Amino acid sequence: MTAPLIYDDGTIRKILQSVKTVAMVGASPKQVRPSSFVMKYLQGKGYRVIPVNPGHAGKEILGETVYGGLQDIPHPFDMVDVFRSSDAAGGVVDEVLALPPERRGRVIWMQLTVRNDAAAEKAEEAGLQVIMDRCPKIEYGRLFGELGWSGVNTGIITSKRRKLNP
Amino acid sequence: MTPPKKTTIPHQDGPWQYGEETKAVHAGAQPDPVTGARNTPIYQTTSYVFDDVDHAADLFNLQSFGFIYSRLTNPTVAVLEERMASLENGRASVCAASGHAAQFLTFFSLLDPGDHFIASRNLYGGSITQFGISFKRLGWNCTFVDPSDPENFRTAVTAKTKAIFIEVLANPGGIILDLEAISQVAQDVHVPLIVDNTLATPYLLKPMEWGADLVVHSTTKFLSGHGTSMGGVVIESGKFDWAADDRFPTMTQPDPAYHGLTFYETFGDFGFTMKARAVGLRDFGPSMSPANAFYTLTAIESLPARMDRHVKNALTVAEFLQSHRKVKRVSYAGLSSSPYNDLAKKYLPKGAGAVFSCELKGGFDAGVKLVESVNLFSHLANVGDTRSLILHPASTTHRQLSDDQRDAAGAGASVIRLSIGQETAEDLIHDLDEGLSKV
Repeated sequence: MTAPLIYDDGTIRKILQSVKTVAMVGASPKQVRPSSFVMKYLQGKGYRVIPVNPGHAGKEILGETVYGGLQDIPHPFDMVDVFRSSDAAGGVVDEVLALPPERRGRVIWMQLTVRNDAAAEKAEEAGLQVIMDRCPKIEYGRLFGELGWSGVNTGIITSKRRKLNP
Repeated sequence: MTPPKKTTIPHQDGPWQYGEETKAVHAGAQPDPVTGARNTPIYQTTSYVFDDVDHAADLFNLQSFGFIYSRLTNPTVAVLEERMASLENGRASVCAASGHAAQFLTFFSLLDPGDHFIASRNLYGGSITQFGISFKRLGWNCTFVDPSDPENFRTAVTAKTKAIFIEVLANPGGIILDLEAISQVAQDVHVPLIVDNTLATPYLLKPMEWGADLVVHSTTKFLSGHGTSMGGVVIESGKFDWAADDRFPTMTQPDPAYHGLTFYETFGDFGFTMKARAVGLRDFGPSMSPANAFYTLTAIESLPARMDRHVKNALTVAEFLQSHRKVKRVSYAGLSSSPYNDLAKKYLPKGAGAVFSCELKGGFDAGVKLVESVNLFSHLANVGDTRSLILHPASTTHRQLSDDQRDAAGAGASVIRLSIGQETAEDLIHDLDEGLSKV
């Protein structure tokens, strides 16, 4: 069995505070899909989310143009959010690394249940930061006080005021 | 696969793990972001304003976290939910108006009409009635088994079985179940193991450490602790794989009650809690009041100290009763004479709880005489109060059961149930001694 991944809260918080634009690979136009939930939530928190899905290239999801691949996105992004299977995540990382270094962004984030250690190692060797098996919506909610509103155990114990925004 | 190197795993040991007493005081509660109020306020409000129509839509679609209406979520209740999830080492929890309501939400989220679950026959009498009679009318079928042999659960499994339900520290018999062995059976047949942990509280026992998937409580008992506030809670471990086969469509199939949302896929390891809340609480409405959540939160802050005293007093009183000439038998697993003492040492090393029963010499009338003769003990149908409580189950809580069911539940004709409180132990012994002299 693979050891569970443990990330420092500070590491995750820094990523969520510094990233502005997210390329979401595997974004779905269907409102009930988890990717749609995450995209809508991140938009609500002020992130720009650019959907990537070859099956829907040229169409719009939640007001943003869908691109067929990362190489087609005409403007810079800070993070790639991977809504694909663990196996397919390897291909996404290869796609990122095929881009010129200044257009790769800084972070590759693989969604809950998505984990590809070999791909992560490759990306980290190329200087990218990798988070796996986590959801940016859940982590944002957990670290900035909203997740507990749904009775979820955030693991946060502190006598400091809850922060309303990152 | 080996774990990746470098930044991926910055701290192999993870963050600092806070202790039990610290979590009882702090988990879920932070000073208010605007006012700095240190204690959790009572948000005595039914509803919450939306920023705009889009925000409202996001909330109704569950795309954003936030408050709509206190039937679903309330900021005071949410603090209690997170605290309970923390104390049980679970992932998430949802509170309910009572322990029975929490059980209803649990089974509603798991079962379709025609489905089946297996329960220990050593349960709180109210649960036996709820499962055996009222649930049956909803098409939820329960088979009760003798839990003393864990294999009895395996034998009762059918193609429709969706859960196993037990009380490890069973009410009222002083019985302790072999949690690890029953948990193994549940794992083998891949159904969630639900533990009612009311009598032990997470301070004495953490069922999830032994493999339980869901834990339910009547928070009315030791958690609220002072006989003030009704409540219940169901906590999920987040570890049960609902998608391993096709037997849990309520979790893995698009839910028509929520415009085709699939709860497990969308919310992952807290999908069960979201389902119990967004569908169960929404459509049936047994939510906990913010005031009751506040009293329960306040009480939980002293849970570790109270439980230490409860179990100390319970052992002292049980030892006294065991040596009394009018007492036939004391069923307290904390006594070395109890057949359950080894299981108590394994699962409840801090103490075997504070609720137990004793059988008097002299039958039904002796039981009635004792409950009517004591002065300090309160004659009422509750457990887990600061005050010591006494009850004759055969004439009250277990009255609606058959003689066989009563005996099986450890609530026979001359059985007295005691819930030992926080008073001076010598006073409790004196009161029982005086009462017994009139029997």
